[in-house]
Amino acid sequence: MEGAFAIVVGALFAVSVYLLLSGSMIRLLLGIFVLGNATHLLIFVAGRLTRDEPPLIPDGLKVAEAAIANPLPQALILTAIVISFSLFSFLLVLAYRAYQSLETVDTDRMRDAEPEAARQVLRGSDV
Amino acid sequence: MFDGSGFEGAGWLVVWPVLIPLLGAALAAAAWGRERTQATISIVVLGAQFISAAVLFDHVWSHGVVAMSMGGWPAPFGIALAADPFGAFLTVVGSLVALAVVAHSLGATDAEHRRAGFFPLILALMAGVAGAFLTSDIFNLYVWFEVTLISSFGLIVLGGRREQIDGAVKYAFLNLIATTLLLIAIGLLYGLTGTLNMADLSGAVAALPQDSTLETVGLLFLVSLGMKAALFPLYFWLPAAYHTPLPTVSAIFAALLTKVGVYALIRVFMVVFPDSAHLAREAMIWVAVATMVLGALGALAESDIRRFVSFTVVSGVGVMVGGLAIGTEAAFLGTIFYIVHSIIVSAALFIAAGMIASAGNATRIEDLAGLYKRAPYLSVAFLIVGLSLAGVPPLAGFWPKVYLVQAGLEAGSTILVVGILLSGFLTLLAVGRAFALIFWRAAPEDAPTPPAPEFGNLVKGSLGALAALTFLIGLYSAPVVKASTRAAADLLAPDAYIEAVLGAPRAVTASDDPVLGKEVTE
Repeated sequence: MEGAFAIVVGALFAVSVYLLLSGSMIRLLLGIFVLGNATHLLIFVAGRLTRDEPPLIPDGLKVAEAAIANPLPQALILTAIVISFSLFSFLLVLAYRAYQSLETVDTDRMRDAEPEAARQVLRGSDV
Repeated sequence: MFDGSGFEGAGWLVVWPVLIPLLGAALAAAAWGRERTQATISIVVLGAQFISAAVLFDHVWSHGVVAMSMGGWPAPFGIALAADPFGAFLTVVGSLVALAVVAHSLGATDAEHRRAGFFPLILALMAGVAGAFLTSDIFNLYVWFEVTLISSFGLIVLGGRREQIDGAVKYAFLNLIATTLLLIAIGLLYGLTGTLNMADLSGAVAALPQDSTLETVGLLFLVSLGMKAALFPLYFWLPAAYHTPLPTVSAIFAALLTKVGVYALIRVFMVVFPDSAHLAREAMIWVAVATMVLGALGALAESDIRRFVSFTVVSGVGVMVGGLAIGTEAAFLGTIFYIVHSIIVSAALFIAAGMIASAGNATRIEDLAGLYKRAPYLSVAFLIVGLSLAGVPPLAGFWPKVYLVQAGLEAGSTILVVGILLSGFLTLLAVGRAFALIFWRAAPEDAPTPPAPEFGNLVKGSLGALAALTFLIGLYSAPVVKASTRAAADLLAPDAYIEAVLGAPRAVTASDDPVLGKEVTE
């Protein structure tokens, strides 16, 4: 089953890289979102998938007798989901704010922090 | 809980430098809107962080590595914090410089300092930085990176000017991608080894087959941490963003954030991959030399005063990683000394750049002139700090470069020697050009002469203290050399660190884990 999941993870990474290479901030945001989810799934698969065996150890034992599901990746992913969710919401607000004050979502046209020369090149291409 | 060594409860020493600013951030956030209370809290908290870090360093110095496993879970299952001389030393210097920068902000006139969130965010940032310096759990390292990242996001947009928003977009997107790449690398490493504890990883990675999977993970660590540290060719976000926020915010970013990336690179490559990830190691020297030379060239070509300083920060990162690429004890001595020097000088230069911009009422080096007459104090401080940056004796920047060049010659790495000398020469040209144009050049006759700038005592004093520090370390470098030598020796013999983190003989190890264990031991 890991193989199938690995292909899904690879496909998600491909999608996110494609979106991240775009010049539109909306696509960048979607790319970041997909990248985060691909990473979470990657950690889940890296911790091995075990069906039908919940991570419970019977009374009186210190270590499970047979292979049980690995609970650690779930804890890691939960942490990572919360973090990436909060950072993603910051990015959403920042992108909206950038759209308001810079009046564009095209990253090629966002040159306010660049040196004068870069801005002039941009103006030249407008004409 | 178990203690690494020393007195009962010594393990707690490693917790305080992280916990104090974290609590302080909460306290400062609770005092929202009362700026004087927030300022007092910040100074007290950063002072307490400095003291706790100094006590920790002193204990580490005399008793060896201090480690503590959270929740008393036996290693490697609990999240462990651990301080070796390297991590403790950087925590001390980092909190000291943060204290100087916040003192500067109290005297600065920018209204944004007085507004929402500046103090709580600075304190949260310092908690994240200290956490990254002191953790020995690789997933926890990622979490501390995110703590610093979210605080820095808040700080960089403080004020909300157009160019700030533009810089913040580039900073935020690229840094978030970098930390996600780090998380991918950590996830893959966990899949390979079944553990997250860096000390446990050290043995687990050595036991793995040295194949392409491990090389890929090593390269992923180099790319993600290199992006955070601003290494060639991934440094472009830094000069695109660091000149936009408040001068004090730039100062603390430049002093600490890239250094956290360099620290993590050194920690990961020395503890987790001491004898593997060869591809990443081979790439590292070229990347480092390209970073130091291109950063210095960028500084020479730049006309905006704060972008000029940004490029010098990039160049410095190259020098530090050059030492890691060589990897001998002499090289680490140079690298650690250089990190300490760079923390002080980067903060001082950004503070000075902010003062220059406000004194000359311009940010372009070409538009500034004749500041020597109007702000002699500032010009002397800038000259000292700038020459220290370029590595002119007897200032602090000279000594680490001597050690690094010596290490490069001993290791037969001509490329590193040429890179350091060339970048030092280019930086000297860039600093000389900036000083001549901004301070020495007479202001045009017909230009209106604005009144001499009024800087408060805190504003002058914080810059003066940092300049004096780099001057004094240059004159009397023995204590820093001694501390760096010890830190370098411990980095090259990570057994003490590993032993302290993993503690007494363990009942269970990762390889007994019923799920992953079988694959690990196979």
